[in-house]
Amino acid sequence: MPLIVWVFLLVPLVVEAFWVFWPAMNSFSLSFTRWNGIGAAEPVGLGNYQDLMSDPTFQTALRNNVIWVIGFGGLSVVIGLALAVLLNRPGRGIGLYRAAIYLPMVFSLAVTGLFWRVLYSPDGLVNFSLDSLGLGALERQWLADPDVALYAVLVAAVWRQVGYIMVLYLAGLKGVDPSLEEAAAMDGANRWQRFTRIVMPQLRSVNGVIFAVTVIDSLRTFDIVWAMTRGGPYNSTHLLSTYMFEQGFTLVNLGYGSAIAVVIFALAIVFIISYLVRSIRQED
Amino acid sequence: MSAPTLAPTRRHRRAIGERSPWFHVLMVPFTLLWVAPMVFVLAVSLRPFSDIVARGLSALPTTLSWEGFETALTTGGIGGALRNSAIVTVVAVVLSLFLASLAAYALSRFRIPGRTVILLLMLAGNLLPPQILLIPVAKITEALGIYDSLFALIIVQVGFGLGFYTFVLHGFMRALPNEVFEAARIDGAGPVRIYALIVLPLARPSLAALTALATTWIFNDLIWAMTVLRTEDNFPITAALLNLQGGFVSQWNVVAAGAVIAAIPTAVVFFIFQKQFVSGLLVGANK
Repeated sequence: MPLIVWVFLLVPLVVEAFWVFWPAMNSFSLSFTRWNGIGAAEPVGLGNYQDLMSDPTFQTALRNNVIWVIGFGGLSVVIGLALAVLLNRPGRGIGLYRAAIYLPMVFSLAVTGLFWRVLYSPDGLVNFSLDSLGLGALERQWLADPDVALYAVLVAAVWRQVGYIMVLYLAGLKGVDPSLEEAAAMDGANRWQRFTRIVMPQLRSVNGVIFAVTVIDSLRTFDIVWAMTRGGPYNSTHLLSTYMFEQGFTLVNLGYGSAIAVVIFALAIVFIISYLVRSIRQED
Repeated sequence: MSAPTLAPTRRHRRAIGERSPWFHVLMVPFTLLWVAPMVFVLAVSLRPFSDIVARGLSALPTTLSWEGFETALTTGGIGGALRNSAIVTVVAVVLSLFLASLAAYALSRFRIPGRTVILLLMLAGNLLPPQILLIPVAKITEALGIYDSLFALIIVQVGFGLGFYTFVLHGFMRALPNEVFEAARIDGAGPVRIYALIVLPLARPSLAALTALATTWIFNDLIWAMTVLRTEDNFPITAALLNLQGGFVSQWNVVAAGAVIAAIPTAVVFFIFQKQFVSGLLVGANK
């Protein structure tokens, strides 16, 4: 093999190794230390992990992450799939509906967060609409109320994510064999039966991809929470990633922040591997 | 013979793709609800601050003004941030797609030992939660003396994106017909010429899709910017936007204008490259 081909491969590989694999390994060793970034790191063994176990904010973040995976995944998949089934047809206006629904996903999560901050502000569109509908009793300070703030952020994230899920399902539905559905229709299966028994089983691989991507994305989610609440009020909206950032960069507890990062990695790894296995199957 | 067998099929096909009047009755309000947040923010951004104070945030605009946009672009620092974002995005997209195409070419057309493992390892790097890289990456840029520079942000973006782009381009290049390469080899073309004259031109569709996608991703990034940058003058638009929000707390027209300005470039990319963007979303996730 010509030498130049080795250069072609090794230059990108070294760049990625230096900026991704090397730092990743460093995080592991940092997580066993206490370090404020100045002087030497003090080894503490499993100390950080023990502290995490009794850290109430960590527990909140962990619980919020579970809510986030279920809410973010569940809602965007249900709405995205419903829209894909509805819009999987030719016809006038279909392109317009689709474009309107996946437009939000081109905005950054920070922009989405700001958009919704304006909407959730005390006299913003959300409270205004509730008031106009005679539901004034439901009005509140959405992002300042620890009981609802997380869900308010979740709605904004789902609004952005639905378009992506819809695109994935629309592509999956293209691969669904229409003759099977026609045959079932002839046998008298109604719409719902055809959907659950004929269409859904054929979408299995898309479901697998969406499941892996949703969990990985949920664990990474940072920008939208940071843009909307920074983890507040009273730490009620922290996810693992925002808590990690606060510990690592705002409070400069580098060892403790690294330990949270390792936890995020540990939770993500199973889904990363399942995504990789899927990818390698497609490659072959 | 054909008429009786075709008739029921046709009827059932209509039954499946049926066009009931309820469809638009359902979809029109839903879509309006879906775009309402964008319309509302746009409306707020175009109102003078005095009007918002006097008549409330949700009032219908009666007078339009660029005041919010002017403040955001000048005192809000969004103008400079837009320039920073443009530099980082263009350089990082070009550089990472160039490097990824080299790696993908090597991995897809040559018998490199362990190439599947290498490829999957590269993809795995992109799937890692960035949180596990942040603290060491900040320390490495400090050690290299590039902390708080656009260069640091560019190189980090390149490193983190490479794996995914390589994976996608590899799948595409592998599918290119062998005959083209054999013919080129017989004509005496070396690997560099083949890459430049055959592989790159043929890979244009997948490069276009990845460009649309990578542009959106890199332009929209916040976390890497917050990790390697400290000075406001160096902030890209997303980070500057959060600063703006802190500085103009109750001036909703300025905050909204900043968000609209940050949304426009990616929306433009989306409308121009809609097809490539959507196919970009699908690559790697679906086949």
